[in-house]
Amino acid sequence: MSRQMSVTIKLKKGFNIRIKGSAEKVIDTFPEPVFYGVKPVDFPGLTPKLNVKPGDRVQAGSPLFHDKVHPEIVFTSPVSGTVLSIERGDRRKMLEVVVEKNGNEYITFPKSDPVNLSGEQITQSLLSSGLWPLIRQRPYNIIATPGDTPKSIFISGFDTSPLAPDYNFIMDNSPAQAFQAGINALAKLTGGGINLVLDGSAESSKIFTEAAGVKISFFTGPHPAGNVGVHIHHLDPVNKGEKVWLVNPQDVIAIGRLFLEGIYKPERIVAVTGSEVIRPGYYRMLSGASVTNVLKNNVQPGNLRYISGNVLTGTRIPADGFLGYYDSHITVIPEGDHYEFFGWASPGLRKYSFSRTFLSKLFPSKDYRLDTNLHGGERAFVMTGQYEKVVPMDIYPMQLFKAIIAEDIDAMENLGIYEVAEEDFALCEYICPSKIEIQSLVRKGLDIMKREMN
Amino acid sequence: MNSLRKKLDKLKPHFEEGGRFAKLRSVFEGFESFMFVPDKVTFKGSHIRDHIDLKRTMTVVIIALLPALLFGAYNTGLQHFRSIGTEAGIFQSFWFGFLKILPLIVVSYGVGLGIEFIVAQIRGHEINEGYLVTGLLIPLIMPVDIPLWMLALSVAFAVILGKEIFGGTGMNIFNPALLSRAFLFFSYPAWMTGDKVWTEGLTRGKDVIDGFSGATPLALCAAGETAKLPSFMNMFIGTIPGSAGETSTLAILIGALILIITGIGSWKIIVSVFAGGLGMGLLLNALSANTYMELPFYYHFVMGGFAFGAVFMATDPVTGSQTEKGKWIYGLLIGVFSILFRVVNPAYPEGVMLAILFMNLFAPLIDYFVIQSNIKRRLKRAKIAFNNQVK
Repeated sequence: MSRQMSVTIKLKKGFNIRIKGSAEKVIDTFPEPVFYGVKPVDFPGLTPKLNVKPGDRVQAGSPLFHDKVHPEIVFTSPVSGTVLSIERGDRRKMLEVVVEKNGNEYITFPKSDPVNLSGEQITQSLLSSGLWPLIRQRPYNIIATPGDTPKSIFISGFDTSPLAPDYNFIMDNSPAQAFQAGINALAKLTGGGINLVLDGSAESSKIFTEAAGVKISFFTGPHPAGNVGVHIHHLDPVNKGEKVWLVNPQDVIAIGRLFLEGIYKPERIVAVTGSEVIRPGYYRMLSGASVTNVLKNNVQPGNLRYISGNVLTGTRIPADGFLGYYDSHITVIPEGDHYEFFGWASPGLRKYSFSRTFLSKLFPSKDYRLDTNLHGGERAFVMTGQYEKVVPMDIYPMQLFKAIIAEDIDAMENLGIYEVAEEDFALCEYICPSKIEIQSLVRKGLDIMKREMN
Repeated sequence: MNSLRKKLDKLKPHFEEGGRFAKLRSVFEGFESFMFVPDKVTFKGSHIRDHIDLKRTMTVVIIALLPALLFGAYNTGLQHFRSIGTEAGIFQSFWFGFLKILPLIVVSYGVGLGIEFIVAQIRGHEINEGYLVTGLLIPLIMPVDIPLWMLALSVAFAVILGKEIFGGTGMNIFNPALLSRAFLFFSYPAWMTGDKVWTEGLTRGKDVIDGFSGATPLALCAAGETAKLPSFMNMFIGTIPGSAGETSTLAILIGALILIITGIGSWKIIVSVFAGGLGMGLLLNALSANTYMELPFYYHFVMGGFAFGAVFMATDPVTGSQTEKGKWIYGLLIGVFSILFRVVNPAYPEGVMLAILFMNLFAPLIDYFVIQSNIKRRLKRAKIAFNNQVK
């Protein structure tokens, strides 16, 4: 499909955080990781039930645990090996199932062209292989419910978050055939078609532009222009009772690979970024792989924050933690556990801010080494009109947040909670002068609505 | 700096739970975080956070208030020396006025922050920075001769009944600074109105030369004596009687510029208050039923507290409209009512304070209608989607 025929939506609201450490466009190699972790906490609202115990032998594609509410949704091991441990947190909450890799055995699933399969057969294959959880839904930003028919499926072909991987680069180095097979499979699951949204300000990968059976749209603008929630809002908004599904481009490839090769192999090209990474670049990794090897001799000394994902929405992991289920991105930044003498009063030549209250606005650097300091204490909402500047949707953020705080179901529904996810308000959290934890607040709102509506 | 940090680290355990001074935890935290931005790191959500916080935000407002404060100090002295017929230099006038305003500032901060500290400790919160601005606004909108106990009373009223009972900074309905002024205005009108209260020493009447009235431009207008008004330029510069902060439109506009450039004050509100005042002024000019109505509309901008209210009071984000569309309506109506109350209501020579308090009350209603239109759009979209599905 040519660009002339598709829609281009230009967004103005938003903010690109100038943070140091973007990935160089080379795919580097590193010693293969030994440990793999699948983390139930990657899936909001999931109550996991174990299928294995420490010491069990598993193959790539063997179920490790399943969803208590939908037992057909299983979470499988990305590699073959031995279950090493089940890590638990407070109140025995299951945090991660760790597998030590040895051997290269795959559970084999039936191979066939998805074009010849029914939606039901495709659903079955995705469920049994453990690929199903890659499909998420709006509302609530949770794993899609098998058997539902979404009004459309969205694939966001670009990521505007800080230091995000360049999906055009990634796709140029990915198998076109698997991507197409993945799309063909997904097409059987929706009545409404597949929307592929691309970066309108960059040369798109051929794998994207030559994909058949998708409706391509272009978006331009600062972050969060690449957020799938923003795309859905502008192209096919979620009304009450409706469902839209979403899948990451690399996960479409994993889905395609299942049908072409008959194996569960959630391989991704992952961007390793951040000011503290010595050689920021791209690496091929499996979902759940330990980050130890990729970061060995590759980070600066000091007290560091390791993040699976980006600095806005990613998950904090230990230095030997695991790549998250949905993540194609690792970031390492310095911790900010230091005091600053009269920090709020300084002219702020080197203090990066969205606001115009620091001199750094007049003399900007190219990019900044940003740390994890909160830069203030938590307060009530005081300033107004700030969040709106970074939310390119027809939604009143502060009013929605207040409705969530008040647990006002009607107000949340009226103000558009079905259309949003935590990540869509990550920038609000970043710029908030009152330091309010907005993403966990929005998650709380989504959980309340999910409970009320089901 | 490092030794100070070490001392604080040593003291800190005493103020924590179970420590000797645990009851003063909020106070300690308040002072500590005033001197040092804390070492707290992000725990949940976004791993990096903007450098801006409420301390920075409030600091910007205070900087924006400085031109008005400095000019106010100078003008307080100037008016005083004029009233006793003495020539005085700029510095002498400034110093005289500064010493007169300083006690007001000290009392305002002392009482207001004291209450904030106590409430923060009771609630177990950190101390909110909101009062840093309110505490400076209050002395700037009071007559300079106001007895300090009255000021203390009005601050206590505004902070406790106007703010804390609603839940503290961010939750209040009325602008606390204006509330303190309104409290005195209705409780002790003799100290808040008339010609004598606006010039230092005039109420005591000592050494005052014959013929010095001390009447503010608004009082002259209300009395129908528009002919006696100072020149437009004098009123713009601010060498006229009035409360310390309000007289110099020039100094206030410098503050407005700071607020707008930094984005801390809503330019939409500032512009729309002036637009509302302009519209009402033109309308009254067109009616021209009395001499006050005949006064050129632009005079209203430089008289009384119009500019000060527009720039520093109407822009209070907590008590103003919280939606961007709402801000236009909110500001416009403040402008309209300010001039209307001023000219048409003979009981109050100044209308800005009441106009803003009145609109504080209606800001949630304005926001309600703005948000309803968003909700209706969403419902309409759902309806269309549903109908398409049925077809």
